[in-house]
Amino acid sequence: MSPQAPTAAPPRPPLGVSSPLIETVGVGKTYGGFRALEDVSIAVRAGEFVSIVGPNGAGKTTLVNLLTGLLVPSKGAVYFKGRNIAGAGPVTLATQGMARTFQLVQIFPELTVAETIAAAVVTRQGKRWRLLLPLVQDGEIATRVAAIAGMFGLASRLATLSRLLSQGEKKLLDVASAFALDPQVILLDEPTSGVSTAEKHAVMTTLVGAARAAGVQAIILVEHDMDLVAAYSHRIIALSEGRVLADLPPDEFFADPVIIETVVGKRRGVSC
Amino acid sequence: MKQGYALFLVAIAAGALALVPVLAPPFYANLLVPFYGYAIALLGFNLLFGYAGLLSFGHALFLGLGAYTAAVLAGLWGVKEFEVVLLAAALAGLILALPLGWLAVRYRGIFFGMLTLAFGMLAHAVLFKFYHLTGGDSGMRVPRMHLLGLEFAAYNKFELLAGPFYYYCLILCGLAAFLMWRIVHSPFGLHLRSLRDNAQKAAYLGVHVHQFRLAAFAISGIYGAVGGTILGFRTGLADPELVYWTHSGHLVFMTVLGGFSSFLGPVIGALALTLLQDQLQSLTQYWRLVLGAILALVVIFLPRGLAGLAVDLGLFFGRRSAPSAASTTETA
Repeated sequence: MSPQAPTAAPPRPPLGVSSPLIETVGVGKTYGGFRALEDVSIAVRAGEFVSIVGPNGAGKTTLVNLLTGLLVPSKGAVYFKGRNIAGAGPVTLATQGMARTFQLVQIFPELTVAETIAAAVVTRQGKRWRLLLPLVQDGEIATRVAAIAGMFGLASRLATLSRLLSQGEKKLLDVASAFALDPQVILLDEPTSGVSTAEKHAVMTTLVGAARAAGVQAIILVEHDMDLVAAYSHRIIALSEGRVLADLPPDEFFADPVIIETVVGKRRGVSC
Repeated sequence: MKQGYALFLVAIAAGALALVPVLAPPFYANLLVPFYGYAIALLGFNLLFGYAGLLSFGHALFLGLGAYTAAVLAGLWGVKEFEVVLLAAALAGLILALPLGWLAVRYRGIFFGMLTLAFGMLAHAVLFKFYHLTGGDSGMRVPRMHLLGLEFAAYNKFELLAGPFYYYCLILCGLAAFLMWRIVHSPFGLHLRSLRDNAQKAAYLGVHVHQFRLAAFAISGIYGAVGGTILGFRTGLADPELVYWTHSGHLVFMTVLGGFSSFLGPVIGALALTLLQDQLQSLTQYWRLVLGAILALVVIFLPRGLAGLAVDLGLFFGRRSAPSAASTTETA
């Protein structure tokens, strides 16, 4: 996914008290002749939990990749804390306060749980270029690693290799490492995929609790399970064929049968 | 406890190596001098391979660079101090590694391997063809130098290598290993291992993937050049064979034999191959065939190399002794 040359960015929105943390302005993205996104303008403010939903092929992944600075929009601009982040890349955004988790669990198989979380803590504490300081001698890192592991119920697994964890624990570790960056905004891409239906709410409760404890200001959730979306979101943004179909609070969103039919294709309450 | 046990074993091994010039015939001390050169080079090589996940097939380029740096400085410019040559070789390794690494670390897997192989072959062609500069296939002479300001004039070359130079290399290797130990256990080393395992995830945790790979490449280049300086001093020659692809293969062989998943695995591999090659050469003219068979067997049956085998044996005997100790306690 190599970044493409951006078009001229629209003027930056003025910053204010209620300025969005992250915002897209008239964003479009084309791959060759295929238009994946067109004229998408969304905004997420501090204190919000916003879900992005839509059927397969609606443009959710493209939007996520634009929001995380991995892709450059063909049209429009993406702002994070008032700065245009088109193609900024994940490293820059990680240091500026944005974290992301993936739909498919992403771990470091040969690192322990403690090392995985420490990798993010090292970034957060700006110690990545310390070539000669043994990690084990840094109490500041160890304290933070223990705190993050505790939030996600991984305290007893610190010395375990990541590849030896259960699927649920791997998912938690994936998210925990993102939280270890102390992000202001976290983007959760189907955080409960691969988790049993019975455990989904428990996982989400853990994530939301951890987000509060970690001081995360805004959460963006990409999710297919409409029960979870309804239960946790302040606002739901629905995409369809690359365009914003709806940007509504849950009550209004689920009251509109046309939107539900387009987005889910089924009645509410059935996961897809 | 585990680390203490490992340190104890390392101390025993270092003590045994220190006794070689005292207890063994000088031939063996002389034989082991290149082992130290390879050990230092492989510590750097494995930072790139074992810790950053990048397998170079052209790493002998840096060993050749170290030897030629010694040849130019000591042979042409008359520098007598080996420490100056070592520092110059390290600097040359860094200077060469930065542009080559900048190009190479954008690729992974076979593409990185082939690119480094190409760099090595280019260097071989330059050294081989530019006769008036490099001496062509005859190479360049590396004269003996002073160690820590001491000339050791009373020693002939063989005595120098089997005595003072042997201990010099042992200490240098120990320092290089200590420094590398600190590097791989640092936050930098952790980020290297994270990008080896999953570069995309690492980037989202703020790991500068290309910058870190380049840094590992540069450090490995420095270690390679320092190792090559020892090889050049020992043979008294810097020749194009040092950078030839088969020599790079030799480094890979040593690393696989010893085990790249262990910090000291490549060092163990260097020692094992140095001794094995000497014994096989004295036994049969088909020693290369035997080495090839051994490599195949190691890859199939000991994927973690000799170091992995040692760990497994230690665990096996540990488990066997644990129940017997328990039963002894019960009997008592």
